[in-house]
Amino acid sequence: MPTVAPLDLEGHVVGVVFLKDTPFFAEASGTIHRLDHGHRTIEAHDGLLSLDRDEANDSLLTGGEDGKVMRIFADGTTSLVAEAPRKWISQVAAGPQGAVAYAYGKTTHVRLADGTTKDFPEERTVEGIAFAPKGLRIAVARYNGVSMHWVAIAGQPADLEWKGAHTGVTFSPDGRFVVTTMQENALHGWKLDAKAGAEARHMRMTGYPAKVKSLSWSAKGKWLASSGAPAAIVWPFQGKDGPMGKAPLELGTRANIMVTAVSCHPAEDVVAIGYEDGMILAARFADSKEVLLRRPGKGAITAMAWSKNGRQLAFGSAVGDCGVVDLAG
Amino acid sequence: MTETSTQKPIPVTVLTGYLGAGKTTLLNRILSENHGRKYAVIVNEFGEIGIDNDLIVESDEEIYEMNNGCVCCTVRGDLIRVVEGLMRRPGRFDAIIVETTGLADPVPVAQTFFMDDDVRAKTELDAVVALVDAKHLPLRLKDSREAEDQIAFADVVLLNKTDLVTPEELERIEATVRVINPSARIYRTQRSEIDLTKVLDQGAFNLEKALENDPHFLDQDEHDDHVCGPDCNHDHHHHDHDHHDHDHHDHHHHHHDHGPSPIHDVTVQSISLRGGEMNPDRFFPWIQKITQTDGPNILRLKGIIAFAGDAERYVVQGVHMIIEGDHQRAWKDGEKRESRLVFIGRDLDREKLERTFKACEVQA
Repeated sequence: MPTVAPLDLEGHVVGVVFLKDTPFFAEASGTIHRLDHGHRTIEAHDGLLSLDRDEANDSLLTGGEDGKVMRIFADGTTSLVAEAPRKWISQVAAGPQGAVAYAYGKTTHVRLADGTTKDFPEERTVEGIAFAPKGLRIAVARYNGVSMHWVAIAGQPADLEWKGAHTGVTFSPDGRFVVTTMQENALHGWKLDAKAGAEARHMRMTGYPAKVKSLSWSAKGKWLASSGAPAAIVWPFQGKDGPMGKAPLELGTRANIMVTAVSCHPAEDVVAIGYEDGMILAARFADSKEVLLRRPGKGAITAMAWSKNGRQLAFGSAVGDCGVVDLAG
Repeated sequence: MTETSTQKPIPVTVLTGYLGAGKTTLLNRILSENHGRKYAVIVNEFGEIGIDNDLIVESDEEIYEMNNGCVCCTVRGDLIRVVEGLMRRPGRFDAIIVETTGLADPVPVAQTFFMDDDVRAKTELDAVVALVDAKHLPLRLKDSREAEDQIAFADVVLLNKTDLVTPEELERIEATVRVINPSARIYRTQRSEIDLTKVLDQGAFNLEKALENDPHFLDQDEHDDHVCGPDCNHDHHHHDHDHHDHDHHDHHHHHHDHGPSPIHDVTVQSISLRGGEMNPDRFFPWIQKITQTDGPNILRLKGIIAFAGDAERYVVQGVHMIIEGDHQRAWKDGEKRESRLVFIGRDLDREKLERTFKACEVQA
């Protein structure tokens, strides 16, 4: 039986990550907590809005209501990456070669490791940024689609159009697919290797009873897990056409209790499923077998992250009751 | 959600009005008066808010059309994002104020609080307050539809800068506002000076509170007489705005007799329906159908319905195609059990509405 080491915080937790082997919990207030031989805190922002884990540097990027973009290291030290006074940094993304993207309003700013910056204006507000797994390329979610920009090469963006508001974006780990979350209860995907304009290019993933706010690619990128239903909805991405014509897996189904966060295991085809009542299950794709990781708590699960070895799962909630599940018990 | 069920929804007040109508002045009053409440303010531009308030958020107006084939189902994407961000840190404020740009359409703002599940779970639209520059309203009505929409959509209208017009002009302006929106509460102000209890905590969209003690709604006939009076007969014609012949005649008449009048530029109409006790099996399909088919033309609707054999008043309110209804309270002894419904909108067919509404009566 897994054991849970609780961490009771005050407020909404926006994200959790492991840096090296240390769990970090980022509160909306701007305080970041880490469990490194005791509970330590970092005052990173006056109001934290966005965050992304930087795999390349084993660090955390954060954006705040204070107009700052910060980098947080495993030892708790911080550095200021960029600043835009009085703006809300609503999006941050970590890229290859030390590149950082952040956005407020209608422009994405990309800062390269050598300190040079590039701006990519959109016609509408930037609602999500993702770096492609290969090449210095960003996908920017905005109203009516996604703009794809090469960072180092001047030129027109490639536009992926689909009517409606796209509120977040992710690349598949193999770089063949781009998937967005939408204001309506749906995901939309594009096959990047299909011809522009071809019907086969689009992937509509609908049928959710609520907005999808959490997405997670499985270890080898063959599955995409999502929240937004009273089960984790897991779409198959093994074939060349992605999930088209195939039914998704529904894992950890509960009656009328919505899934609010999902996080795939770093090695196994297993997903951690967090619910609005604070419960967490782990479910295996192969046989839908479930394991209870945490009983219901005080608030909806808002974020989860696995340690690198896959033995620990850190989680945060909307009201601050957080913790670390140890699978070894 | 566990967190939301225990949290009281945060009230949201929307301030509309043309540039220069006095929105910022009112906002500064709200932020500086000693009422013990803390406000988060969402503005399009920081502009001239003189008060040092930590919680002023700049946001680019962003209209989302919903992918459901409904042309009037629009919401404000920026508000969804900002409200979500604000609500992650409750306790910093007691209420939210949204200040819109002069040209903003108030409808998507209001609809955001009904159509987005997350926003709806945590907040509650309290009232839409329109500021009107008494001096410049006639001009505004001539050159834009937004000024009219803002008034038509409001729960509270502050007729501001009254010191810049003559008493006669003011009467005429107020009558114009009343024609555009017969159910709003109108206050005459100078430099946006008003008792804030008349602007905040109105519960105008709250079915339990809506229409309760609303003198303009309940005594509309009397009010019309009072506002219009014998000196402004043109208003009466305009209550029949949907009759094209009257309209034409009216235009003509005024061009000859009084010269241009601001009222000529009014394209919004209001239709008040009154009936007896209703049969719910007829009324609900009817109101559904009306809001589905005429929704794009309906800016607001409000009503109190007396259902046969029902001890409680039933209240309805709507914005375009969105409609909500619920039992409000028991009918009081001696209270006349009648049904009333007010539509504010454009191109509404009064005759059809009256006839089909009447057909929902028990005795029909």
